[in-house]
Amino acid sequence: MKRPAELSPRFEDALARWEGGSSRRDFLKTSGIFVLGFSGVGGIGVAGLGRHGSGDPGEANPYPDPDFLQLDSWLVVHEDGTATFYVGKTDGGQGTGTAMRQMMCDELDLAYERATLVMGRTDMTVDQGGSGGSDAIERDALPARRVAAEARRVLLELASERFQVPVDDLTASEGVISVASDPGRTATFGELIGGRRFDVALTGRNVNETTGLAAVKPVQELKIVGRSVPRYDIPAKVDGSLEWAVDVKLPGMVHARNVRPPFAGARLVSVDESPVREIPGFIRVFREGNYVAVVCEREEQAIRAAESLAVEWEKPETAPFPPSEDLFDYMRGATPVGAGSGSPPRPREEGDPGAALANAATVVEAAYDIPFQGHTAIGPAHAVADPSDGQMTVYTNDMKPYSHRTGIAEFLGMPPERVRVIWMEGPQLYGRTAADDAGFEAAYLARELGRPVRMQWMRHEETAWDTKGPAFAIDLRGGLDEAGNAVALDYRARIANYAHVGYNQADTVLIAQLMGIRPERPSPGGGRGTDEMYHIPNRRDETRAVRFPLAFETPLRTGNLRDPNGPQTTFAGESFIDEMAAAANADPVEFRLRLLRATAEDDATFRRARSIAVVEAAAEAYGWDARPSPRAPGDERILTGRGISYAYRIQTTVATIAEVEVDRESGRVWVKRMVCAHDCGLVINPDGLENTIQGNLLHGISRTLFEEVQFDGEKVTSVDWRTHPTLTHRDAPERIDVVIVNGDPNPDRPDLPHYGAGEPSHRTVPAAVANAIHDATGVRMRRIPLRPERVLEELAAAGI
Amino acid sequence: MITLRVNGETHALDVDPSTPLLYVLRNDLGLRGPRFGCGLGQCGTCTVLMDGRAIRSCMRPVSRAEGEITTLEGLSADGELDPVQQAWIDEQVPQCGYCQNGQILTAKALLDRNPTPSDEEIRQGMNGALCRCMTYYRVQSAVRRASDAMANGAGGANGADEAGGEVDR
Repeated sequence: MKRPAELSPRFEDALARWEGGSSRRDFLKTSGIFVLGFSGVGGIGVAGLGRHGSGDPGEANPYPDPDFLQLDSWLVVHEDGTATFYVGKTDGGQGTGTAMRQMMCDELDLAYERATLVMGRTDMTVDQGGSGGSDAIERDALPARRVAAEARRVLLELASERFQVPVDDLTASEGVISVASDPGRTATFGELIGGRRFDVALTGRNVNETTGLAAVKPVQELKIVGRSVPRYDIPAKVDGSLEWAVDVKLPGMVHARNVRPPFAGARLVSVDESPVREIPGFIRVFREGNYVAVVCEREEQAIRAAESLAVEWEKPETAPFPPSEDLFDYMRGATPVGAGSGSPPRPREEGDPGAALANAATVVEAAYDIPFQGHTAIGPAHAVADPSDGQMTVYTNDMKPYSHRTGIAEFLGMPPERVRVIWMEGPQLYGRTAADDAGFEAAYLARELGRPVRMQWMRHEETAWDTKGPAFAIDLRGGLDEAGNAVALDYRARIANYAHVGYNQADTVLIAQLMGIRPERPSPGGGRGTDEMYHIPNRRDETRAVRFPLAFETPLRTGNLRDPNGPQTTFAGESFIDEMAAAANADPVEFRLRLLRATAEDDATFRRARSIAVVEAAAEAYGWDARPSPRAPGDERILTGRGISYAYRIQTTVATIAEVEVDRESGRVWVKRMVCAHDCGLVINPDGLENTIQGNLLHGISRTLFEEVQFDGEKVTSVDWRTHPTLTHRDAPERIDVVIVNGDPNPDRPDLPHYGAGEPSHRTVPAAVANAIHDATGVRMRRIPLRPERVLEELAAAGI
Repeated sequence: MITLRVNGETHALDVDPSTPLLYVLRNDLGLRGPRFGCGLGQCGTCTVLMDGRAIRSCMRPVSRAEGEITTLEGLSADGELDPVQQAWIDEQVPQCGYCQNGQILTAKALLDRNPTPSDEEIRQGMNGALCRCMTYYRVQSAVRRASDAMANGAGGANGADEAGGEVDR
């Protein structure tokens, strides 16, 4: 890695220029406030996001939709030669913004320090959909790279005119264009176009296709990409100076709190306002259908009012859902529903799995259960809405600000151009803020009241009513031939995912549901079997949704939770492959490699070769000793074992090895060590990638060992950190090794793609941990989460 | 009138004495470090220091906020980051960062009473500070780094503080 002392003179020059004469030492000293300091220089930066519209001239005009076919929508070069980039993505803390800035600087030939990046403002950044699916680096960075390359091309043409030399005789480096044959002749980007518009039209049928005439650089010419540039957002998160969405304060702003039904499906009968009228600062109670909220001048007043309001609710006649202890029996016994189109999804089938299972030498069968799990964001939902000038500005951490805008406009019956959404930093994304309820609520209340409203959910409300990752009940059967080769695999899943919440839809957000608004039809979540490249000749997989009596206005509403369905399906699939390996008396790594190598065929992105590469890399980094699992448990109190799990997600391949300690007296499982081999193609920022993978792995451990939404027959009873626990410091692994793999058959290809990393490693964790427990104890844990009492139960049942 | 000492300044405030300190710090004094997480004292997101001890400002009535309150903003003096904050930057700890106020101040209080904690003492001492991005692994590294920096009398400033340089971990 390049140390500061080894920075090239050119880089030093760039720093000196940017510093405007101040010493490099001063720069280093003040770098803790780099982002805020710089944004004042570079125009609209992170600090600019905090400037609220109130009082801006022209605010009453319709809010613009930046046109992705105009270069100026993506990129501005200022007079001082700095640049501002505008991308329609949001950053949940995985360093997406830093990575996008690295890539765009590289294509533009501008030093990283000389640019800032604005994200997720509907009036300033082109609509790239916001975040979701870990697609920022894989998909959205491509148009961003191309437009930066196009800007460089135009700058070279401007220099060509200025110097009257052909473009071929020009070189661009760190914001300066020089004549190659006469290096004394130079022009900075600022001199060439600073403060002026490019006025260059781009082409493309949609934002993802956006391109100019220039091509992106080959990998070998990228200088900033591949470096562990520190994340620009971190200093202000560490010194307390960052303005978050929770911090927005506007003149005249009031505070709102919701009052939720105490029972799922409850009908509001009456509201008695008398207990709250005496509360100082009380403004109003809002009631529409089963939606109830209170508004007060101050925050603590609103909390008190929400707690004091006397509301009479009527329970529904039918129990809304079974209690959580009966969940999996219910799911297996229920009649599956059709998909959104009305017809059940067709199972995927290859070969003749029925016949292959009937003729197999050994048949393995197992059933796996994964409960509902919550997002349980560390900060509950919140937003501020400003209804000034008959328009609506929403300050939010919604990860999809564009659909937040159109959804709110539709919900309020306002033209979209009168609504704008400003994304600001907030507590994680992970799918929870793909339909940020608080923004809709704040906007509704703000319009009704005619004053800016800050909506903030409470902890019990967030944990009980946030969107849930769906429960799965998965039954697997597999067949082995006499040589121990897998010849058949039959996967059947039931998912409790009948009315999946969409992305900021005006008819599925919670306030709409409680007001009695319904979509034309529910959207059952789909699903497919496991994502792996195993060659098993006879296979079938089928995923069917089941429903509860209550489909709407339910706290068990499902939504996308980080890597939707991945941890659940991979837990079953990769646990089961381990069970087959054990039945074949084969080493779990060797068994997987055999299945991956059973054919020479690969796909266009070489996922089979890249799968083999990560499995081998993980085993090597861990120091895997080849032997069948389980090892024979000894008499010691602490039993240790290791387990592997492999999967791909979209194009990224991952293999994870967990080493666990199982305390046979307390039932506690500690994941002591993890090794994760990860191939996401071209790596933009190695340290950022490592941080992201570490978070994925630990979040995976949390979901594997601790997290479960619990409910009785009438309400969710998980309401805080005790009733929906999470991983803590005590249970963090002692060591994590991230192994970055490039398994492309032609690893040095100049067009090596960059794939997503925000989710793929997450899905490998549950099976890696369960397989390690099996290795340690011989006991198979098939029901998530693997809490101590459940581990003790299984150990006792096995006589361990 | 409530009198409050925060980050070296004295404030006289006309608020309901039962108001949780968190809302006074955020809404009356405009501070951004302490944030609402649970209101139950379970997660640590609202942590502030009171006479050097980490307390949960969401649970503490403002009338009982006696002594000197220090928030995340108050850790750095004259633009000089506390070694704990510097370690957080050097280790590139945060993801979303929402909980990091609690992580940093819990670490600060831990290191002030035990400047050289063992790994086990770090786990125990930090355990009440929850993080849903699960940055625990890096938080623990940063606590060790801050401990080393304080032992060496350094104000931090080694490693990855250079914007545009590379992380040296």
